[in-house]
Amino acid sequence: MTVAKRTFDAVIVGAGGAGLRAALQLSEAGLKTAVLTKVFPTRSHTVAAQGGVAASLGNSTEDNWHWHMYDTVKGSDWLGDQDAIEFMCRKANEVVVELEHYGMPFDRTDNGKIYQRPFGGHSQNYGQSPVSRSCAAADRTGHAMLHALYQRNVRANTQFFVEWMALDLIRNADGDVLGVTALEMETGEVSIFHAKATIFATGGAGRIFHSSTNAFINTGDGLGMAARAGVPLEDMEFWQFHPTGVFGAGVLITEGVRGEGGILRNASGERFMERYAPNLKDLASRDVVSRSMVTEINEGRGCGPDKDHVLLDITHLSPETIMKRLPGIREISIQFAGVDPIKAPIPVVPTAHYQMGGIPTNYKGQVVAPKGGNPNAPVIGFYAAGECACASVHGANRLGTNSLLDLLVFGKSAGESVVADLTSGNLSLKPLPDDAADMSLARLARLEGQTNGESVFDVGLEMRRTMQKHAGVFRFDNLLKEGVTQILAVAERAKRTGIKDKSKVWNTARTEALELDNLIEVAKATMVSAEARKESRGAHVRDDAPDTSEFPNGRNDNEWLKHTLWYSEGNRLEYKPVTMKPLSHDVEPIALAKRTY
Amino acid sequence: MSKRTIQLKMYRYDPDKDDKPYMQDYTLELEPSDKKLLDVLVRLKSQDDSLSFRRSCREGVCGSDAMNVNGKNRLACLTDIDGLPQPIVLRPLPGLPVIRDLIVDMTQFFKQYHSIKPYLINETPAPERERLQSPEDREELNGLYECILCACCSTSCPSFWWNPDKFVGPAGLLAAYRFLADTRDEATSERLDNLEDPYRLFRCHSIMNCVDVCPKSLNPTRAIGKIKDMMVSRAV
Repeated sequence: MTVAKRTFDAVIVGAGGAGLRAALQLSEAGLKTAVLTKVFPTRSHTVAAQGGVAASLGNSTEDNWHWHMYDTVKGSDWLGDQDAIEFMCRKANEVVVELEHYGMPFDRTDNGKIYQRPFGGHSQNYGQSPVSRSCAAADRTGHAMLHALYQRNVRANTQFFVEWMALDLIRNADGDVLGVTALEMETGEVSIFHAKATIFATGGAGRIFHSSTNAFINTGDGLGMAARAGVPLEDMEFWQFHPTGVFGAGVLITEGVRGEGGILRNASGERFMERYAPNLKDLASRDVVSRSMVTEINEGRGCGPDKDHVLLDITHLSPETIMKRLPGIREISIQFAGVDPIKAPIPVVPTAHYQMGGIPTNYKGQVVAPKGGNPNAPVIGFYAAGECACASVHGANRLGTNSLLDLLVFGKSAGESVVADLTSGNLSLKPLPDDAADMSLARLARLEGQTNGESVFDVGLEMRRTMQKHAGVFRFDNLLKEGVTQILAVAERAKRTGIKDKSKVWNTARTEALELDNLIEVAKATMVSAEARKESRGAHVRDDAPDTSEFPNGRNDNEWLKHTLWYSEGNRLEYKPVTMKPLSHDVEPIALAKRTY
Repeated sequence: MSKRTIQLKMYRYDPDKDDKPYMQDYTLELEPSDKKLLDVLVRLKSQDDSLSFRRSCREGVCGSDAMNVNGKNRLACLTDIDGLPQPIVLRPLPGLPVIRDLIVDMTQFFKQYHSIKPYLINETPAPERERLQSPEDREELNGLYECILCACCSTSCPSFWWNPDKFVGPAGLLAAYRFLADTRDEATSERLDNLEDPYRLFRCHSIMNCVDVCPKSLNPTRAIGKIKDMMVSRAV
């Protein structure tokens, strides 16, 4: 197969919120930029975000970024890096106001400002009372944001390669990143995108789980590419289970429903969150709410004939409020739960939603990895932002609305870093190694030649079931140990996948096989990292690490206040320190404490 | 409980091996969790991996899986299989070139969308904080900004079938009105000039297929009417 070469200043992989925000920086700086995306940009998963984006604008309740920073550090169960968290919370107003200037149709307050609603884990005055911090466009904030960002890129003449799937990261002998290989889906042709800078904005991998709010495309392509190229993945044991996925279908019901006054109820109609989080109740942070729901179900207080879900009740809200603030939720509920929430509560269950971990970066969006004794040495030419990256601002548990903020702040920051590094001459076009495309071509050739291969569908199903059973909301030592064995066995099967469709043109069987390669890397990283972490923290809660006076909430800061780094080769684990020091010397660190809501 | 089965008749075409398109019949056994047409397609693909279609969010917000179902353009993920007459006849969206199976070439559709300058134009230096907009003015954008660019509307419009290169089509015109209706946008007359043409706007004959098929219950015909009203009122 011949491999065409294309040369750019920068290549961005992914055109969701983070990729589009980064692309704007580069296009507006006049750099020759290629944005590769396996779906048309407005089909990226950012489109499905609902409830809002966090910023301490204070439009309806008093607020400031210090409170936001405190909430985010506490929400992260202290695993978040405080320099990156300070950076993100301080930048929030700027990037949200920019979006408004780009034309994003935010809802408005009576005095014409951006409408803000309360959200889980966000508080006034260091945990005292809920705050309206989530800037919203009805319950379609992600859609409104993604379209506004795409539209701004149309204005900026950004060059998109639509329906191109990136295959592998290209590195030279020094480990510098020189671009990617990519497959044009319409023709099946492989090209090398040779660039001075490469930004990954490929989103999450929620499709490793059987029950997931995530889109089909969320297959962790960037993580798979990074892992195969020897870049470690950070904190992959931390997965957010969103409290309110539609029971059965898994489709997301925004936390904004509870922000607008929605209440979770068990079989007897009790508002059970009052027992688990007396202060913030239904607006406690997501890990806490999800665990409370599963506890209710496990203790026999679930709803329905099988007592396997709980109910999200908004029947006490006025139909006008629901139609105005939650119109999309009403549509989803009618479509996927068969329930009109104006009249009856929605059946919900915790559902895999967001990956807190990812490709390790610093707050500038540079990818970092241990080198020569420095745990955070930049990988030259490589940047990442959004859900695929781990800055780390979400630590062990992300607050709702911080994901859209993350992709704006770090998309922009990664873009700015690339512009700075290119204009200062720090980055140059380095010669491609002769074998630049070999790994990708070998993967394609194997699929082409594989006979009697394993079904991609079957192996994928086995992976999703294994992850669901062994790495769910509550984790158990024996299940994790078995899970490691089983996921490694699934990974072996994934090496022998075969496809019957050999067409060059829009071969989705091939795409799905290549995606499975990426998912498997993420699944291994998750299971191996989770098995090794012998404490409870944030979304990672082990049965054998319970809440005790010595270890509040089961958290063991002496041994486990550290980031996991997983390497694909040999499933090796390393650890690196958490940055407890904020970015600015005049900002006080948020001291370790027990998390209560 | 006996297994449910479903009959489908599907448009198939792979330019790599087929001289011409054909219709293929399928009978499929369903699982209890298969409720939407997309569930059926995903299950079918697990048995015949050569079947090609776009899909992503599976909740009606990304706009990937638009297709012609029993003669009507719809999103597979929002289409209940219960109640659909069988065999369910699936074809690609009409009026656009077919690449393969249910996958169409949407170049012309997006070209028309891009032609209306689908971005806010406001050259006044931006304030430090948000531009203010009253809730009433913001309400004008409801029913406009929610478009997911699935192309159900434009590819059900006879005017777009005949002149896809000259008529902007319902999706593009809905987007044009979304910016005309935005109090923050300053390019009203430029936008109207851009549509002042026998084809771009005025090929809409209010057939209203667009309204009938929109999976988000939007009303492009009404938006087009409003643009025509703006044209008239600036002429007098």
